[in-house]
Amino acid sequence: MFEAVLLTVITAATPLLIAAVGELVVERSGVLNLGVEGMMIMGAVIGFAVANQTGSGSLGVVAAVVAGMAMSALFAFLVLFLVANQVATGLALTILGIGLSGMIGEAFIGVPGLDLPQLYIPVLSEIPFIGPVFFQQDALVYLSFALVAVVAYCLFRTRLGLVLRAVGDNHGSAHALGYSVLKVRFMAILFGGACAGLAGAYLSLAYTPQWVENMTAGRGWIALALVVFSSWLPLRVVVGAYLFGAVSVLNLHAQALEFDIPSQLLSSLPYLATIGVLVLISANRRLTLVNTPACLGKPFVPDR
Amino acid sequence: MRIELVKRKEHSRTMALLSPLIAVALTALSAAILFSITGHNPLIGLYKFFIEPLTQQWSLEATIDKATPLILIGCGLAVCYLSNNWNIGAEGQFVVGALFGSALPILFPSFENVITLPLMLLFGAIGGALWALIPALLKTRFNTNEILTSLMLVYVAGLLLDYLVRGPWRDPDGYNFPESRIFSDAATLPEVFGGAMSLSAPITIIIAIVLAIVLAKTLKGFEIRVMGESPRAGSFAGFSAKRLTLFSFAIAGALAGLAGTMEVSGALNQLLPSISPGYGFTAIIVAFLGRLNPIGIIIAGFVLALSYIGGEGVQSAMGVSNEIASVIQGLLLFFVLACDTLILYRIRMVSRRVPTGETSHV
Repeated sequence: MFEAVLLTVITAATPLLIAAVGELVVERSGVLNLGVEGMMIMGAVIGFAVANQTGSGSLGVVAAVVAGMAMSALFAFLVLFLVANQVATGLALTILGIGLSGMIGEAFIGVPGLDLPQLYIPVLSEIPFIGPVFFQQDALVYLSFALVAVVAYCLFRTRLGLVLRAVGDNHGSAHALGYSVLKVRFMAILFGGACAGLAGAYLSLAYTPQWVENMTAGRGWIALALVVFSSWLPLRVVVGAYLFGAVSVLNLHAQALEFDIPSQLLSSLPYLATIGVLVLISANRRLTLVNTPACLGKPFVPDR
Repeated sequence: MRIELVKRKEHSRTMALLSPLIAVALTALSAAILFSITGHNPLIGLYKFFIEPLTQQWSLEATIDKATPLILIGCGLAVCYLSNNWNIGAEGQFVVGALFGSALPILFPSFENVITLPLMLLFGAIGGALWALIPALLKTRFNTNEILTSLMLVYVAGLLLDYLVRGPWRDPDGYNFPESRIFSDAATLPEVFGGAMSLSAPITIIIAIVLAIVLAKTLKGFEIRVMGESPRAGSFAGFSAKRLTLFSFAIAGALAGLAGTMEVSGALNQLLPSISPGYGFTAIIVAFLGRLNPIGIIIAGFVLALSYIGGEGVQSAMGVSNEIASVIQGLLLFFVLACDTLILYRIRMVSRRVPTGETSHV
């Protein structure tokens, strides 16, 4: 029982983790992209469609990443080149993504999907309990952890990360030092888009292998909240994602145990938990002020 | 050749008026391309989508019905956005307002008299305002990001509605269908102008005009605009950012809640598991297309309402997915935001050979 619960927690947490790590990089560069939900749902539908047409789950994943990047490029053009309001543009991206995905996905409603191949690590996967939980997952679960490790390393241990954080904390100084603020931000936004697309592909290819309209169901927004929860530190995103993964599968397991609680209350728990967590984190001024990128959401216009 | 943005010395008034029009034109162009890609005649598609709804009486009436909640919610959101409060949870405030407004006819169906309807509208506005005050209070008290909290409450509100219509508020004589009892006549918003529209339409227009005057002519309107553009300057004038956050959220919530109550009372006549085709989100587009000005929002509300009716039109006439409506709505917001750049910046073509350093300091 416990093993089964843990397995569902992992699958629920993985898309949140991938999307949140991507957005964390974007926000570290000083850009707030509220379009995670829209990029994610586009990744879900394109990933499913391509996997379905080609019969290859991997191709589907690649296509989803490209779709997420394409959406984020649109966002980048508006907020970086046209200096459009980041909040409103992110919302536009979400509205557009939900609409486009509905239109593309109409042909795929009710079509059975294909499962991503599971990656069984030999020997280790045969250990009781530990084996199935840690070493019998699909490739994307392992990838999500690799992603966190790489992002954490790059952000705090490499020159690239230093430049990225400099751009996010003080774009004026970074510009004066000769770094191209817009180029760094553009790359960060594309990375965020790729991650959101990947997270979407996980939903439609691994979490529930099918296409359902609006299947992201606010996960993109929860990923955004996770970035705040983590106070912009990659390792804390893992904690947050798994906490939220656990809350969101509570519904399934509580129903199996036949608690006398309305299912709608259980379904609303992830959203209520998000609010609760945001309050707890934000109330702690010291924690948030230290790590919040100082230029978050502020547009940069190079004076020529 | 390179394209460059050059900051204007001051806002361009012409562009402030032209930019929404350019955005609509670009959206129509994109819609034409979208029709072509999906294998339909773009001209017929555009006609069916944007023009035909205006040519028949029934579709014109349907457009007014859809425009009404969009305008009302959009007006409230404009107050929030002008004062730099990012309320994106109007969809939830709409739903909770509808729940508060419906409590009277559902729980006390025999309470039928002249004050039934005014009380419902009042409760609706209060319900929406209370729901909106949650993210506002969290923002002022705990410094919580209001974008995320207001959005999360949309999902909670939807689930609350679902719970009520499937559980305690289900119609006892309704054969177990997930819907509430049908409202009595006393709880139904009457139609006006010979049945052409619900009373909600004139109420909405009056509120929009009042709000336009408040924003343009009163101290409160000045406070809202100052705090949005320069909170520091505003605080020197003695305005409180926190109080304004609470105020703007309460207004937006009240208007969304009122819209929700008028929708269930006037259009649906009962509560259903889903009572809104995304009005709260579409109203965000309405607010921006209307340039956060109530009069502009009235026009923008009609444009977006057209996209709902037009979407249904192209679906039935040409077999295009009616999702095309939400794609077009999303594109419209993109173009509106992109064209707003023209108000502050001028686009200039720069020849590569000229060193940029010399041209900028003229």
